[in-house]
Amino acid sequence: MNFDDTPHEAAFRAEARAWIDANAPKHLLPHLEKAGFGGIELGGLDPMKEAKAWQKKKYDAGWACLHWPKEYGGRGASPIERVIWNQEEGPYAALSGSFIIGHGMCGPTVMDWGPEEAKRELLPRLAAGEDIWCQLFSEPAGGSDLAGLRTKAERDGDDWVINGQKIWTSGAHYSQWGILITRTDPDVPKHKGLTMFFLRMDTPGVRIVPIKQANGQSGFNEVYFDNVRLPDTQRLGGVGEGWKVSLTTLMNERLSIGSGMSAGFPDIFEFCKELELADGTLAINDRGVRSKLAEWACRQSGLKYTGMRAISALSRGENPGPENSIGKLVAGSSLQEIAMFALDLQGQAGAVSDPKLAAMAAKFQAQLLRSPATRVEGGTDEILRNIIGERVLGLPDDMRADKGIAFNKIPTA
Amino acid sequence: MDFEFSAEQQQLKEQARRYLADKCPTTAVRAILEGSEPFDRALWQGLGEMGFLGAAIPEEYGGLGLGYLELCVIAEELGRALAPVPVSSSIFLVAEILKAAGSEEQKQKWLPKLASGEVIGTLASVEATGSVRPSNVALAAKSGTLTGAKSPVLDGDIADIAIVLARHAPGKDAQGLSLYLVDLNQSGIERTVLDTIDPSRSQAKITFNGAAAELVGAAGDGWRLYEEALDRAAILTGFEQIGGADKALEMGRDYALQRFAFGRAIGSFQAIKHMLADMYVSATLARSNGYFGAYALSTGSADLAEAAATMRVSSTKAFQHCAKNNIQVHGGMGFTWAMDCHLYYRRSNLLAVSLGGLNEWEDKLIDRLRAKNAA
Repeated sequence: MNFDDTPHEAAFRAEARAWIDANAPKHLLPHLEKAGFGGIELGGLDPMKEAKAWQKKKYDAGWACLHWPKEYGGRGASPIERVIWNQEEGPYAALSGSFIIGHGMCGPTVMDWGPEEAKRELLPRLAAGEDIWCQLFSEPAGGSDLAGLRTKAERDGDDWVINGQKIWTSGAHYSQWGILITRTDPDVPKHKGLTMFFLRMDTPGVRIVPIKQANGQSGFNEVYFDNVRLPDTQRLGGVGEGWKVSLTTLMNERLSIGSGMSAGFPDIFEFCKELELADGTLAINDRGVRSKLAEWACRQSGLKYTGMRAISALSRGENPGPENSIGKLVAGSSLQEIAMFALDLQGQAGAVSDPKLAAMAAKFQAQLLRSPATRVEGGTDEILRNIIGERVLGLPDDMRADKGIAFNKIPTA
Repeated sequence: MDFEFSAEQQQLKEQARRYLADKCPTTAVRAILEGSEPFDRALWQGLGEMGFLGAAIPEEYGGLGLGYLELCVIAEELGRALAPVPVSSSIFLVAEILKAAGSEEQKQKWLPKLASGEVIGTLASVEATGSVRPSNVALAAKSGTLTGAKSPVLDGDIADIAIVLARHAPGKDAQGLSLYLVDLNQSGIERTVLDTIDPSRSQAKITFNGAAAELVGAAGDGWRLYEEALDRAAILTGFEQIGGADKALEMGRDYALQRFAFGRAIGSFQAIKHMLADMYVSATLARSNGYFGAYALSTGSADLAEAAATMRVSSTKAFQHCAKNNIQVHGGMGFTWAMDCHLYYRRSNLLAVSLGGLNEWEDKLIDRLRAKNAA
């Protein structure tokens, strides 16, 4: 039990810290430290431009995609070095939100399954922030039941012709590339008839329609495919191997540790220190308030130290245990509960969402309206509980009405 | 960074688990729960001989001279086995207070006997329903004698010595409180065994009729020493709770795999699966908070008080959550005397109040986070 760096880790940390100190966009720091829900605001500067500039600077100095091999634009760093870098980059990492899907999921998938030529050409551009990638997985008929997807890819000579629709595609509207999972054989059980591709988002026949979300923002999109023609060289993995390939993506999603989600305790703690209740006492001195704060404090620290256990495992060269799967499940519901509680404490003023008027620049109002998505995106609370129940505790799979049945024979309504 | 117990500590844990699986199956816990013996004497003696009791007591005082991390892993196994022995009173509290504040003579006299199990110690602080606070500690210390009563005292019926929180100066404030060491095998002591929710750990009312007592630590330092002792004990007891929570979760999981209804294992129903997943989440958060508690305890970190309160709240909730839902997974069978579920349910709710209830520790946690924040 010790929190200290090994000598090697300390040296790496010092090197990272020195480079960041000399090169980070310090003028953006006041804005980045305030970054909350719903993207960043940089005092009038273009967030995408600033994000790309920081990414390019990191890439040129060998600090981009640390865990990737050097020949694909990375640094060939160890997992623990990546974690140390993340700790040192701190608030500047908030600039990189648009790259997370590409660097964390699409890149590793292409690296494992893509043709060598494409890897050498595309991955360094992705690492440098010159291209942004998105992940074309979910569909109206395939969300939690991802393998129920219907977008078709049909062989035509050396090409494939794609028709169908994707949904909830984060960042499709600013992405240059995407990875796409399709159905190539409807006559076999659903997991067996899938094939993956990568494509440019400006390929003819691709149409992107932003979704206006329940909170009024638009981070997600619908993406329509109308006779989109892709060469077979843009296939990832074998025909019919799409499920296996997609698991690489999803596994990387779960392994992208070190980012450690916050359960939202620090904000509500700060707020309760200032707010007076009806009887004139500060909220933080109220027994009922304290009980709730204590619960959230324990979840916050529990997630933090769960993350540290995973980092320690990496540091020893082991794979992190399954305990890391609890992060989003705990954080999502905490963020939502905290937002509702903060509004409750604000009384009738809790309804006001104007950042100029509402407490803490309307942070809790934004959190209230955004947090339902946290409990759904990247695996719903229910899917995560299934994963914990089945893969961690070893409970039996759900009974499936579609098991072993050809995809085109599965009842739909 | 290495936020994990060492290989040697893991080995010690395995050793404790094997020992307890052999010497303390739940039939042994049940024998104490149902019978007239107040605790498992053979197990107690064995734990002393194995060195488990003296793990964190220095060698010069008859212990093994290992550290707190070793005691934490042993505590987890004791909790997992629901060991019906007075380790928390005798080791986590009394030996710890003597280590921290006892005179050289007191340490020489008592620590070796506590380490071997020859002597059982307990801490007597409670006089009234509700939280222990300076204003409700009235037991009077005067000219080396104690007069008054403490109830309930965990393991009070079997203890040979007690450390007693008593008032040497009239009033209601903390400065008037001191800790006293009392030999309970003297004529000025009366004990009455109490009925409790968990008879696998006995409790008593102790009446002091001018019993001879000696100071532990400085006069007027009693409240501070008491609170600091509770923090260290909260971390060690927290490991008992983590061990209990894990075992209750495993029992629920195993039953859900083996019990069939509607033609399938009940663990395949999401209602059951998700309940078990939530138990896993509680247990995992508590364990991770516990690792920080163990780290803080072993290094004497400035974060010890915060870590103790965090762990206490987290591990209390986790054990209660896992123990109550373990009964739920078992359905009607879970409510039978014959099944072991109620043993865990009883113990989880005993440990939840034994060092003061959740509401007290939630208060401590928020106070400590504020103090740190202000610093």
